[in-house]
Formats: sequence, C-alpha cells, structure tokens
Amino acid sequence: MMSDIKIIDEKCTGCRLCIGGCPFNAIIVENKKARILENCTLCGACVSSCKFGAIDFTKDESDNLPDISAYHGVWVFGEQKNAVPAGVVLELLGEGRRLADELGTQLSAVILGENLKEAAKTLIAHGADNVYVVDDPSLKDFADEPYTDVFVQLIRRFKPEIVLFGATTYGRSIAPRISSRINTGLTADCTKLEIDPERKILMQTRPAFGGNLMATIICPNHRPQMSTVRPKVMKPLEADPSRKGKIIKPQVTIPTELKTKVAKVVTELTEMVNLTEADIIVSGGRGVAAPENFAMLEELAKVLGGAVGASRAAVDAGWIPYSHQVGQTGKTVGPKVYFACGISGSVQHQAGMSSSDTIIAINKDPDAPMFKIATFGIVGDLFEVIPELIKEFKARLS
Amino acid sequence: MNVIVCIKQVPGTNEVKMNNETNTIIREGVESIVNPFDVYAIEEGVRIKERTDGKVTAISMGIPSVAEMLRETIALGVDEAVLLSDRAFAGSDTLATAYALSMGIKKIGAYDLIICGKQAIDGDTAQVGPSLAEKLGIPHTTYVRKIDEIRDGYIRCERMTDDGYEVIEMTLPALITVVKEINEPRLPSLKGMMRAKKAQIPVWTADDVGADKELCGLKGSPTQVIRTFVPVHETKSEMIQGEPAEQARILVEKLLSMQFETAK
Repeated sequence: MMSDIKIIDEKCTGCRLCIGGCPFNAIIVENKKARILENCTLCGACVSSCKFGAIDFTKDESDNLPDISAYHGVWVFGEQKNAVPAGVVLELLGEGRRLADELGTQLSAVILGENLKEAAKTLIAHGADNVYVVDDPSLKDFADEPYTDVFVQLIRRFKPEIVLFGATTYGRSIAPRISSRINTGLTADCTKLEIDPERKILMQTRPAFGGNLMATIICPNHRPQMSTVRPKVMKPLEADPSRKGKIIKPQVTIPTELKTKVAKVVTELTEMVNLTEADIIVSGGRGVAAPENFAMLEELAKVLGGAVGASRAAVDAGWIPYSHQVGQTGKTVGPKVYFACGISGSVQHQAGMSSSDTIIAINKDPDAPMFKIATFGIVGDLFEVIPELIKEFKARLS
Repeated sequence: MNVIVCIKQVPGTNEVKMNNETNTIIREGVESIVNPFDVYAIEEGVRIKERTDGKVTAISMGIPSVAEMLRETIALGVDEAVLLSDRAFAGSDTLATAYALSMGIKKIGAYDLIICGKQAIDGDTAQVGPSLAEKLGIPHTTYVRKIDEIRDGYIRCERMTDDGYEVIEMTLPALITVVKEINEPRLPSLKGMMRAKKAQIPVWTADDVGADKELCGLKGSPTQVIRTFVPVHETKSEMIQGEPAEQARILVEKLLSMQFETAK
C-alpha cells in the first residue's frame, strides 16, 4: 500500500482554507472543490487545516520498522578546536540537560581529539553525566572521514536515543554523513527542541524558506533522533566545577586508510570573522559606500568585542570578503546584538539574522525594511552616528 | 574528467510575500528557478570539463515539469541531463532524496566528481550532499570556495570554515558542495540555447534506476513534518530621535541597561 491523499468531494465546501495550509502550493480549488496537484509531497500538513474532514490522508508506515527499544540517553557532539569545546557545545549541553531530565535519562558528551582531559572536565561542569573520550593524535583536528567512522561505531555500540550537533560548518558536514550511514533521520539547523510528553519523542522545530516558514519535524520510528542546532539559540548552564560525571574511554578502531586529507588549516582574523559564535555583530551594507569605511565598523566591533558582518551588496561590490556575508547566501547568525548599518534589509539578508535578540538599524532611508524588524532604529547618516556610538561606548565601557 | 551536478528546482524567493490574513506564504505566480547555489555547481562542472575534456551530466529529482529546468542547464554548458520522477519519490526527506539520487547516479555510470550547491534556498538543510556521498561510499567536502587542482584520481580544494579555511585533498571519485565565492557563472550562450531546445531529457522512474521502494519517498523518510507555521515577529520597533550625538547616547544607554555582555 502506498501513501495517498484524496479530497472527499462530498465533504469539501470549497472554502480554500487548505490552500493556506499547504506549504508547497499544491492545492487549488476548481468548481468549488479542492484538488491536489502533482507537486504534493504527501506531507499531510493540510489535513488539520480542513474544518470539514474532507482530506483523506493515509500514511504508509513501513511494516518492517527497526527495533528502537534499546536506545536510551541524550548525546551531544563535542566539537572542539585545539582541545577547547566550541561555544555551541556548551549551549547544547544546557539544552540536552533539560531534554534528558524530561525523559528521565542521562546526558552524555562525545569528544574526539587529542589531550582532552581538561575539555572533558569542562563538559561535565556544563551538565554532562558521562563523557565519551576518544583521545588520539590522529583525531587532533576535525576531519569528516575518521570522525564519522568513530562516531558511528559509538552510536552502534551505546545506542543513544537523541544526538545533537552544533549547526556549524563541521556539524552540518558530519551529521548528514553519520545519519546516512545509520539510515536514521536528521533535522537541520533547529531553533527549538521539545519532548512530546505522550510519545516521549523529540519535536524539532526549524526555519525553512529563509526563515519565512517554521516546520516541526519528528523522527518517530528510527534511532537515534538526530538534529543540528543553530548556535546562539540554546542557553548554556553556569559551569559547576563540583559536578560529578563519568569519563569513559571506549575502545574504537580509528581508520587509517583515508580518502581525505586535511592538508592545511588556516585561521583568518579570528575575532573579526567568526560570525556564528559572535555575541555582537556590526554589519555594513550598501550605505557604507566604500571599502575603507569598513574600518569604522571594525572599530565599533572591536570596542564591543564583536565581529564584522556585511550584506550581499557590500560583498558583491568587493568591499569585504565573502566570509563576512550574512544572509541567505552567506552565514546565518543569531547574536545578542546585531547592528545593521546602511543595510536596507532584503528578505534574503533578514533570513540570515532575524533571530538576533536585539537588532539595531541605522539607515538614511526611513522606509528601509530593516526598521520593521529592528528593536531600535536610528534614521540618520551612519558616518555621523557610528563615530558618536564608538565615542559613547568607549566612555561608558572603560 | 566526468562531472555530475545535482540540481534542485526551488521557488524564486525574491517574490516571497506574506498573506497577512491567512498568515501563509503567497506562492501563486511565483516562478520556479534553479536553486541559486546549484548554478555555481553547474559553472564549476562546465569549467572542469573545458579544462580536462570530459562530460557534465546534470541530475535532478522532482515533478515532470522539472525537465524544463534541466533543459536550461544544457544552455549553460551541461552535456546531458536526466530527471528522476516517480510518485514513489514523493515526500522524500533528505535521506530518501540522497538514496534516490545515488541510484540515479549509479545508472549514469562512471564519474570523477559530483558537485552540489551548498544548500537549497527552500529547505536550507545542506544535508543531501554529504548524505549522498555516504550512499555512494565516496569522500566529500562541504563549502568549497576554490578548486586548486584536479587530475586523475585527485582533487585539492579549499573549504570555508567558521573562522577561516582548510586545504583538503581527496581521492576521486568524490563529492563537493560549493559556495558562491567559487566562480562567476556565465550566461547561457546562443549555441547552448539551441542545443537545449533540441535536447532529450530522459525521465527515470524508481524501477528504471532499480531503487528499493521501501527506501524511497515518504516510506523511506525517517523524518516527518508534523506542523508548519509562520513565525510571529513581535518586535516593537523604537525609533530614536535627535542629533547623532544624542541618538548615540540614548542608544548606548538603552543597550547597557539591557545588560548584554560585552567582550567575552
């Protein structure tokens, strides 16, 4: 039996409510009856939109579902650089702690790298009950191939029910590789995680269509349930050095015949570029007008300990490298404070920064769309306002 | 050097507008386009072909009308294009999509490199590339901004990271996903457009590629969308008036009273 969806014509009133309920624009109303088009993906989202029970949706559940009863515990992938866990790992431990407590299970971190003794302590202090440590010189730097291989061995042996990764460059590369090998589900770039109180499964909410649509996704019949989680969304716990946790050093086989080699790792201007981890971002757009003017934004960022971002217009004009670009075709960020300086605020730019806690728009044009989503707006010349801001912050923060 | 480029058809998002009454995205009249990141993938594939003498094949999975979009890729220099289209593929999540593409690619035959765009602009998952590489048992690298060298059995490329870049070497066949910094795509040529007009775009079903239907479409998708909704932005914008110095003073005052942390 295949999954199928049908309109029950006798019940359909042609009210058009289902059209709005379809995220894929796959329903039309013809002759006062709804009709489902061939681009329907059988997602079932329309069913609840119909007040008349006129949508008949049968979902085909495979008969030979895997046995998932042996899977317990919440895991966090302990992404590290130079043996220091990434900021997002601590955020995931905070969130993972909450999920594990709700499920009445344990929270574990898994860390691969070299010289991880201190890192393991940090992970316990931030909420982990257990830390699986694979300490080996060959795993010092992140590499997709051996990391995937080792992580899959651990999942198969210890069977966690949930695995969380930071939605970083590395997390978004390794997580789909792992879920594909294990044949389980993976939800990208989540901004909210909850436990369904009845079914005890993970409900993962994420933005799609550049943030214009949110979707809640489940993985009911496969384990582990895997998510990558956007940095700067979840809250870390206060570090508690007195917390007790178990450090486990499992035996694994580290692959030696690799098809990939990381020949060089280059860090560029760390503090100014690492947008995804930044608490404060000062971004410039077309209004910045010339490459040398970014120096002013850099100064403001420096005073605040933040990073410098840019709109596509500024990057395309060649004023600042692509690695600074925020937006749909650049990076997605969620800092505490986002300064949009001379950025009009296209839908595409907003897609990359609208989840920032506080947004400040500085623009000459009072009709710039950025003002609509800004917490604070200043209509004015950024060349006058920003130097004043630098002066004021310097005076107040010194 | 034979290159396969994976393409997705997406709605052209410049047109995204909200219906404030029903709180949904208005998609009527929104044209479908080639996912913008895939255009960079096509261009890079064509450049490799031109340098090394080989073939570029585009593959997509979607509804039958996607064949017309694949035709456009031929105008951009792609040699052949195939479409996977079957009701059995409907409702695929990223895992089932990767599986279907892997079966289609196995039918296409020998290849050296697979190129995907960094992510699609509708789903924004960036998962199909790495997941597909796994299904094919080949290595992958994401966010590639430059190919330094490519020759028989070897590629060296630069991958963007959160704070810089890495130089990565892989054996071929391999898969890369590319960011827009990698090249500047060309416009369709007249010759290409004429070739595109005449091109045959084969449509393969699940049976044609020997796919196990248990692993396709909704049935082969571990994840399920249970709810979609439009986020509510409850921002109360506050405009700060005055001369620049006054505006700066008020803003700094407000921000500091919010107790946001400065330099960590």
